[in-house]
Amino acid sequence: MHKLNIFEKILARASKRKEVVPGEIVEANIDMAMIHDLTGPLTVHSFRKIGGSKVWDPKKIVVIFDHLIPPSTILAATLQKGLREFIKEQGIPTFYDIGQGGVCHQVFPEEGYARPGELIVGADSHTCTYGALGAFATGIGSTEMAAVFATGKMWFKVPKVIRINAEGNLKKYSTPKDLILKIIGDIGEGGAIYKGMEFTGQTFSKMNIDGRLTVCNMVVEAGAKAGIVPPDNKTITYLKKRTKKSFKPLKSDKGTDFEETLEYDVNKLAPQVACPSSVDNVKPASELSNVKIDQVFIGSCTNGRLEDLRLAASILKNRKLHRDVRMIISPASQTIYSQALKEGLFKIFMNAGAIITNATCGPCLGGHMGLLAPKEVCIATSNRNFIGRMGSPESKVYLANPATAAASGITGQITDPKNLRRR
Amino acid sequence: MNIEGKAVKFGDNINTDVILPGKYLELIDPEELGKHALEGLDPTFAQRAREGVIIVGGKNFGCGSSREQAPIALKGAGVKCVLAESFARIFYRNAINIGVPALECDGISKEVDEGDILMVDLQNGLIENKTKNSSLQTATLPPFIMGLLEEGGLIPHVRGLIGKQ
Ligand code: SF4
Repeated sequence: MHKLNIFEKILARASKRKEVVPGEIVEANIDMAMIHDLTGPLTVHSFRKIGGSKVWDPKKIVVIFDHLIPPSTILAATLQKGLREFIKEQGIPTFYDIGQGGVCHQVFPEEGYARPGELIVGADSHTCTYGALGAFATGIGSTEMAAVFATGKMWFKVPKVIRINAEGNLKKYSTPKDLILKIIGDIGEGGAIYKGMEFTGQTFSKMNIDGRLTVCNMVVEAGAKAGIVPPDNKTITYLKKRTKKSFKPLKSDKGTDFEETLEYDVNKLAPQVACPSSVDNVKPASELSNVKIDQVFIGSCTNGRLEDLRLAASILKNRKLHRDVRMIISPASQTIYSQALKEGLFKIFMNAGAIITNATCGPCLGGHMGLLAPKEVCIATSNRNFIGRMGSPESKVYLANPATAAASGITGQITDPKNLRRR
Repeated sequence: MNIEGKAVKFGDNINTDVILPGKYLELIDPEELGKHALEGLDPTFAQRAREGVIIVGGKNFGCGSSREQAPIALKGAGVKCVLAESFARIFYRNAINIGVPALECDGISKEVDEGDILMVDLQNGLIENKTKNSSLQTATLPPFIMGLLEEGGLIPHVRGLIGKQ
């Protein structure tokens, strides 16, 4: 038997085989499935067209409202209403309505639905986030999800796997976001198409779960099918208080062949920025100090977690935003929201002149709450800077870590936080 | 399955945010979605696509979000088939699932100019450029993907499966 990597092990288990090889197509049983308020309605629409009456297993479906909440249009409200009816009709117990959850890719792991060794699909491309907990998780479309709802199965092509090995310690103000931006800048927007990415080395084993979620969140920006950080004690500790379900952490066999291994030394890594309008257009923040900005967005499933808000607050404390800049902060979940409130972070944000929204995707996808006008420039902690992503096709988006975003808000131009003048 | 149409060309990394901007994601009707297909990149696209066109894309076509509304918008606008150097995987699956043939074809961007008349023979992976009198051979689709397309996509396929049970 050939040595299996973690991706192959999960697909083999889920398709009830001893082993699988890259390129092979297998039909696998899905462990968990997720939809949200924007991909859910189309899923239900297709489910009805299929002629489905009962979903395969209501306990394996999680529904989270996050993209347009509270609804920004009558149509959005109507679609959400329809989805609530479907949830009731099907008896789906795990539903996070407005006020109960927040951004899907934060709520899903936070509530303990992503476990090592599981095969998870979500009707959202950033479902790959859950690889941070050792799961094989990937995004699918709505009709594909309807078929999963009906059958509990889906076909997968076993991917080839690239290993990313990182050693060293991240400097102050350099974060997991900067590492993943650097990696995407190196391999390119389509650099990992159809492939898996496994993250190994001391940098990742020292990284907390928040950071691992950020890294795995962005693998799809390189085209990857899924990214996985091998589960360890940190994973188990994180899940202990969040799930009652047992799980079996799987790891790649020693001496597995990877298609390729890329080595990173992060000791000298400086804050990075992805420039318009592709995520692989990456430059050090310090080289972009001539870029003036109008808006800062801190939030999203990439960087709206507690440690991100704390980092932004450490920069914003006793400082004021530049007069030409507005700042929108969206904590990624209700839980994070109340913790940030308790820690006094909101006071710091508000004193600086920022506004805080409910836990929503809102500005990240140009949905609502902070769209950009033509020619406006935004620095955001999210994961996409495509043309028109956050509003007008003539606006521009730069992607950065929360410290860089906060520092830029103070100076009014893109700023490496280490160059911020002392208070 | 033979498909004929005029080529409309795009470059590398055409993402689903430009194929269908996020602000239209509430729409479900293919024709409504079609009106906004690719509008950020080419406001005339929807108009031009009406006669039934074949998209010729570069590398990583359809990257980004999982929104199925992207291939639905293309279909709604009149796109009959998408050829590209390579596809982002979710877009690829979505296109096949809704019954839009997507064929990976190395070197297609060089072989085809905007407006060329193409004939795609899906069964045999053969692309004929009628305007230039040239042709390009690419790998054929795996049989079960071909089967999905012949059935009209994933919905009829799964409906059939459920019916059998
Ligand atoms: S925060 Fe942004 S990237 Fe994340 S799920 Fe929401 S819209 Fe998608």
